Amino acid sequence: MQLLDTPKNKTVRILTYEGGIGVGFKLRQLGLCPGREIKVLRYAPMGGPVMIDIDGRSVALGRGIAARVKVEVI
Amino acid sequence: MRIGLIGQPNCGKSTLFNQVAGYKAETGNFSGTSVTFTESGVRVMGTVVDVVDLPGTYSLAGTNPAEREVIKYLTSKEVDVVVNVLDASHLSLGLSMTVELLELEIPMVIALNMMDEADRMGIRIDVAMLEDLFGVPVIPMIASKGRGIQPLFVNAFQVGQKKQKPIQPEYSADIERALTILIDNLQNVESHLNTRALALKLLEGDQAVLNDVLKQNQGISADIKALKKSLYQQRGQSSEWIINGERVAFANKIASSVIKQGKRKITFRDRLDDFLLHPILGYVGLVLILYLFFQSVYSFGGLIEAPLMALFGQMEAWMISLLGNGESILTQILIGLIQGISGGVAIVLPYLVPFLIGLGVLEDIGYLPRIAFLMDALMHKIGLHGKSIVPFILGFGCNVPAIMSTRILEDKRERFISAALSTLVPCAARLAVVFGLVAFYLGPLLALVIYLFDLFVIALTARILSKIVPDTSPGLILEMPVYRIPTVRTVFNKAWWRIREFIVEAWPLLIVGSVVLSILNFFDVAIYLNALVRPISWILGLPQEVGVPLIFGVLRKELSLVMLGQALGSMTFPDVLTAVQMITYAVFVVFYIPCLATMVVIRKEMGGKIMWQIVGMTTLIATLAGLVARGLSEIFF
Repeated sequence: MQLLDTPKNKTVRILTYEGGIGVGFKLRQLGLCPGREIKVLRYAPMGGPVMIDIDGRSVALGRGIAARVKVEVI
Repeated sequence: MRIGLIGQPNCGKSTLFNQVAGYKAETGNFSGTSVTFTESGVRVMGTVVDVVDLPGTYSLAGTNPAEREVIKYLTSKEVDVVVNVLDASHLSLGLSMTVELLELEIPMVIALNMMDEADRMGIRIDVAMLEDLFGVPVIPMIASKGRGIQPLFVNAFQVGQKKQKPIQPEYSADIERALTILIDNLQNVESHLNTRALALKLLEGDQAVLNDVLKQNQGISADIKALKKSLYQQRGQSSEWIINGERVAFANKIASSVIKQGKRKITFRDRLDDFLLHPILGYVGLVLILYLFFQSVYSFGGLIEAPLMALFGQMEAWMISLLGNGESILTQILIGLIQGISGGVAIVLPYLVPFLIGLGVLEDIGYLPRIAFLMDALMHKIGLHGKSIVPFILGFGCNVPAIMSTRILEDKRERFISAALSTLVPCAARLAVVFGLVAFYLGPLLALVIYLFDLFVIALTARILSKIVPDTSPGLILEMPVYRIPTVRTVFNKAWWRIREFIVEAWPLLIVGSVVLSILNFFDVAIYLNALVRPISWILGLPQEVGVPLIFGVLRKELSLVMLGQALGSMTFPDVLTAVQMITYAVFVVFYIPCLATMVVIRKEMGGKIMWQIVGMTTLIATLAGLVARGLSEIFF
């Protein structure tokens, strides 16, 4: 399922990222690589970004990017 | 000896630097690039060492100019020892860059910063074990409170003297085999990197390193391709990912063996985002915070400006009475001099100082990325991303750092649009014009209206530009740092460096410009300059004398106010201008041609063509906006 479809505060595991190597690289630098457990902290209103928690760090992802992150519920 | 500070963004590296750096710290550029670093002398164990604050990067992979420059600098033998600043509360992510640093084999010390933060999150770190695993000293510290700084620099000094090398990380067997083969083939290749690091970079596909190696040994290209291919066949992933994954895995292994996770204490700060990023309260907060910021800059500035202006006015009157009634060239020059000096002291600095301090506070608290988060959806409506709000906000201080900050945007289009738009943001100098002319004589509310009008014009321009250059970028990826209480020292140091730039670079120009104008005034050259600008001043219903201050305003925007007084023969503007003229003039000044310094930076960052495009665009916008302002204010006044 998509990261965008997960409810708030539910821990999920990253499966893959569908998209270019450039963005993939940036996500990895922030620790968003397959296998990592994350959870959505909040959705900004009006189709704004998604804020996720990764190891206690907060990262904001635009909806376009978040839509390409595939996750599974643990 | 030179000590390099390196760390990921938000690790507290700059806080550490500011704790030790003196007021003489210098900001410089890596030659030929716009990537900056700051350097300062620091006294350690009786000798003075150079401490260099390198730009924060997430990795050393060479994916952007900052990363490339940092790695080049670190391996150039210019740095004797590296201090790797790590955020103890997010150790495993930070360690992935530490692993890259280990590969470089430079003497290193780890500064385990934010121990209080880690404590709060219930994280216990086995420091001794970390030291053993990496073979480098690890110093727990709290930079914001000044704790652990002394032992850190003493250790760094000792490691630098001993040239003590760290332990090399070991990767999976297949990678090590590939490395051994590649290292064998690289024996005769000269590089600033050691052969193992070179081999890793080649497998990782670092284009700059590859080009450098191929220049010396064309044949190696086939070997690298073969190795990459066999790795791909074994793992089903390209080698870029594999090497990166190996480092992450190594870092995670280390992290999990030294970290003991206890119970996390939930505090007020964890709850803060629930309000500040709330779908409704968040925006109320945003408006409130920006309003307070704006209001306090205005009231503080006004408090200082009025008495200082009165003082300089008296000085001028006294001078005229002393030297005769302004007929001699000497009197003219002296008046120009006073006005140039007073322009800096009384008009610019009273607003610039509180503004930069306020901005520093917002920056250090960690609120700026929150603004990006809140504004992303809205910015999308004008065809941009949330991150582009940062140059805009910085633009309120000075357009120069705003243009520079467009570097945080990866996309070329986004950079161009943000740069073009941030030149429309009224910087502190133009703030001085708006405040000094409109707020001072016609009330602060009207100044706010001009600001809102400005935001409207920016949004409109953004819409138009984003239609002309369509969007292709993927979107926002931005870390939200933990809220922190800013330290007085960091905020003041940062503000001071920026203020010093104004005093050293801009102010002399302002004084010279003011004197030159006085001389021009004396010889009546002003007529020709005024004639040049007459088409615009005529449409806008302004007196023709505004030509000279507008032309000199390109030099520095505050000149367009200081010299306006000069040109019109009075600093008490209501005597010489109508309210409509004051508003129209202020609006035109807000939008027209960016100042010389901004133009220079645009040219440096994006090329001359874009600079001229922006000059043309802003002149057009300024004239149109001036007309609208004239029309609207004629209705109300």
